[in-house]
Amino acid sequence: MAGELLLEVENLAVSFRSRGAVADAVSDVSFRLHQGETLAMVGESGSGKSVTSLALMRLLPDAPQCQVRGSVKLRDKTGSGMLDVLALPEPQMQAVRGNNIAMVFQEPMTSLNPVKTIGAQITETIRLHRPMLARAAEDEAVRLLDLVGIPAPRQRLTAYPHQLSGGMRQRAMIAMALSCEPSVLIADEPTTALDVTIQAQILDLLKRLQEQTGMAVIFITHNLGVVAEIADRVMVMYSGRVVEQADVVPLFQQPLMPYTRGLLRSVPRLDLAGRRAGALYAIPGNVPDPRRPPPGCAFHPRCDSFADGRCNVEAPRLDSTADGRQVRCLRWPEFVA
Amino acid sequence: MSSSIFDSSPGDSNPGGDFAAREAAIALPPRNTALRRFCRHRLAMAGAIIIAILVLGSYLGPYLIPYDDTFIDIMQRFAPPFSGAHILGTDELGRDMLARLMMGGRISLAVGFTAMVISMGIGILVGAIAGYYGGIVGAALMRFVDAVLCFPSIFLLLALAALIEPGVASITLLIAATAWMDVARIVEGQIRGLRERDFAVAAEALGASDLRIVFRELVPNAVAPIVVAATLNVAKAILLESYVSYLGYGIQPPTPSWGNMLNNAQIYLTSAPWLAILPGLFITLAVTSFNFLGDGLRDALDPRMENH
Amino acid sequence: MTALVEIDSLQKHFPVGGGLFGRGKKQVRALDGVSLSIEKGEILSVVGESGSGKTTLGRTVLRLTDPTAGAIRFEGQDITSLSRRALRPFRQRMQLVFQDPFASLNPRQTVEQIVATPLAIHAGGSSATEKRERVADMLRLVGLQPHHADRYPHELSGGQRQRVGIARALILNPSFLVADEPVSALDVSIQAQVVNLLLELKEKLGLTILFIAHDLAVVGHISDRIAVMYLGRVVEVAETGTLFRSPRHPYTEALFSAAPIPDPTVRRSRVLLQGDIPSPIDPPSGCAFRTRCRHALPECATVVPPLRQVGPGHLSACIRDDIALQASIA
Repeated sequence: MAGELLLEVENLAVSFRSRGAVADAVSDVSFRLHQGETLAMVGESGSGKSVTSLALMRLLPDAPQCQVRGSVKLRDKTGSGMLDVLALPEPQMQAVRGNNIAMVFQEPMTSLNPVKTIGAQITETIRLHRPMLARAAEDEAVRLLDLVGIPAPRQRLTAYPHQLSGGMRQRAMIAMALSCEPSVLIADEPTTALDVTIQAQILDLLKRLQEQTGMAVIFITHNLGVVAEIADRVMVMYSGRVVEQADVVPLFQQPLMPYTRGLLRSVPRLDLAGRRAGALYAIPGNVPDPRRPPPGCAFHPRCDSFADGRCNVEAPRLDSTADGRQVRCLRWPEFVA
Repeated sequence: MSSSIFDSSPGDSNPGGDFAAREAAIALPPRNTALRRFCRHRLAMAGAIIIAILVLGSYLGPYLIPYDDTFIDIMQRFAPPFSGAHILGTDELGRDMLARLMMGGRISLAVGFTAMVISMGIGILVGAIAGYYGGIVGAALMRFVDAVLCFPSIFLLLALAALIEPGVASITLLIAATAWMDVARIVEGQIRGLRERDFAVAAEALGASDLRIVFRELVPNAVAPIVVAATLNVAKAILLESYVSYLGYGIQPPTPSWGNMLNNAQIYLTSAPWLAILPGLFITLAVTSFNFLGDGLRDALDPRMENH
Repeated sequence: MTALVEIDSLQKHFPVGGGLFGRGKKQVRALDGVSLSIEKGEILSVVGESGSGKTTLGRTVLRLTDPTAGAIRFEGQDITSLSRRALRPFRQRMQLVFQDPFASLNPRQTVEQIVATPLAIHAGGSSATEKRERVADMLRLVGLQPHHADRYPHELSGGQRQRVGIARALILNPSFLVADEPVSALDVSIQAQVVNLLLELKEKLGLTILFIAHDLAVVGHISDRIAVMYLGRVVEVAETGTLFRSPRHPYTEALFSAAPIPDPTVRRSRVLLQGDIPSPIDPPSGCAFRTRCRHALPECATVVPPLRQVGPGHLSACIRDDIALQASIA
């Protein structure tokens, strides 16, 4: 990676406690993110991808309800050092949020305040982090709305969220997230609720903004087509753990973890459209309940490379391969050969 | 449908090995029954136990004590509680307080319970029709409900009670007539929201009748607020009966009810305070218990309430 | 091939806002003259953006909403204005699978009760044991275990819930199924299971399916033919391969090129559509797509282009024959 290291996550683990029972939502997550890079976090419901992103933002409930362990280091935009995100006092964390690291959510309608105009919400965010006059903040808001491709931005300042379409709301959310030029943007399924045509526009927009600002993007999604389109690197999560991490092309060409392989195989191929080439490959079974993960490898009940006596007994570690990939599977060396 | 198509179990066309066995090896979560959830709610359990004691005491108690509620022991007038043969003392005519409280409880609880059943019936019917059909029918029904609701129920009750001959049955009906509107509003709101849900559309797509959709699909989903409203309605009905009887328009002496015992007691408030305190205590106990029971049932009846 | 369902100039307008007595009310033109015929034994997919009217089409064909104008014929019989009572025998033969497998199952009923509901409505005569057996058979057919019968929907995973929804829809052995986005709410690893199940059941039971979806990869895999909808109208209909390889309507071109391809080595040129789908309350005159079309001519604003034959079994509603459109696959 060419750019400067912006974010370094090591052994991040999140567990929730309720009525005495402790459930591990996420464990043993480590990754690094460099300037200008897009990391796609892929996973299904309960895989822990959203919890991970909330932990990076320190937006999870406080202890003792929720325990966050490990380390999250974020480059300080103003200074030169790394900030220890998990140890920062809350007031300082508030300054970091939005300023250094910002987030865009799946459903813009619920993350925007319905009774405030778009303009008011954006100018508030701007003035929270950058002291400037109301007038100047408004001009800045117009510039941002224009940047994210909202037509007639000055008129849109007075619009309420419900007056915008889904795609426009998502653009407004992105504008708000970008208002303080964060170095890291977390986009949590930002296109899942949108039509494909609008999804294409938003992906295009994110790519363009990234080129302009050099920010790093963590893109959370379950759509492998979107991953192929925008990611530099991919992190696949299953049942609260990273199961595979690699650059996008090698991952798609030779997935090492059977779950990744199954996911890629189960997507219908567009180039065979209309030929009805038999049944699709389907991973059997169901996504495990994160509160009751299977013993051993969490994927073993559904795995087509299951080895009895090993996979259901021994929990695999995240191994690093020679070419810098990471994989969590007891049998991966057999798949390379 | 020929039976041959059932021979295989499809859906997983790819070799997953014996994945089903592997998956089955993972234990299913324990069933979390309504009863178990209810039992965890301590106040509701306490409420349920107190109600059970009050009901059993009222109906069986009179057979277990040596005094009749109408027996006048003129030598023992105003006996304070715990002082002699009459455990809870006697009233101004020397009647046994415990016996009277038990008989009064029968009346008060019966009035409360019956009034609840009647008001729930009317309320559910009106609310379900208004919520399901909506439009002009719904609007007309709900405006009528609002109109009745505007009238303070205690005055409505007193006005009506002044016109008819007071008795247990008529008082029960009157209380029911002033208590169904809240239920109608709750049910209407619930049904209106539920009828748009996909499972209601699914039932319609199957050709289910309106009656079936409303009472098999929709109302069971509103059972939690309905049951809560029901328990609160019992509490309210007991209170209303007490008000009206206290004001002299309700259950007429010598038939005792907690309300008219209270009425009777007010002139002796300083000389024999237990005459007022005891029925007051029972009213409070019954009403609070029903309220706690309602809280507990609301949580227990939702199968989606998680096990934590 | 014979048509199982024929849809003729179907319109559905919903009133919005307006005064107390309905004067000056605006109309949402959810369906604005849709004609389609669904052949026996085929899977016809309907694709389009949200607001294109595809869900309304499914519901209107099943007479779950009443059409404003037009006609629906099922097995040759006009069902457009049948009363609810007269529709009941048809309800057994046409069924619906929903998008949201949670909302479409009554949370208060067990799986067995849910799947037995159609029997309770239509098969009054059969005994309780007979019904139980049919439910058990049906659950096995959709790949569920017998012990799922007394579970509640919230105790099942999304994929299992969708199987329950399919079991309920198929227990009366219908000939026609409307599947409204049946996989889009499911986890990726579960989608393929449900797609396979639908295809398998279609073969075994001889179903005809109207498949409403927005995931073009799934649509390309599952359908025999595809109809593309835009603002309440069908703009193009063709066999699946034809539509992917030689689209004739600029909207189809744009929609299909927007679908992301799960291969990071493929970089294709994309026809990016500008802006959003216009409001169906006040659709553009003439061709509704002209406001976002890169091939639009002044004439496009004047006439509503009719669906016309452009190839064998290929209909398109565009007046321009002179443009070369980009295929989404080679």
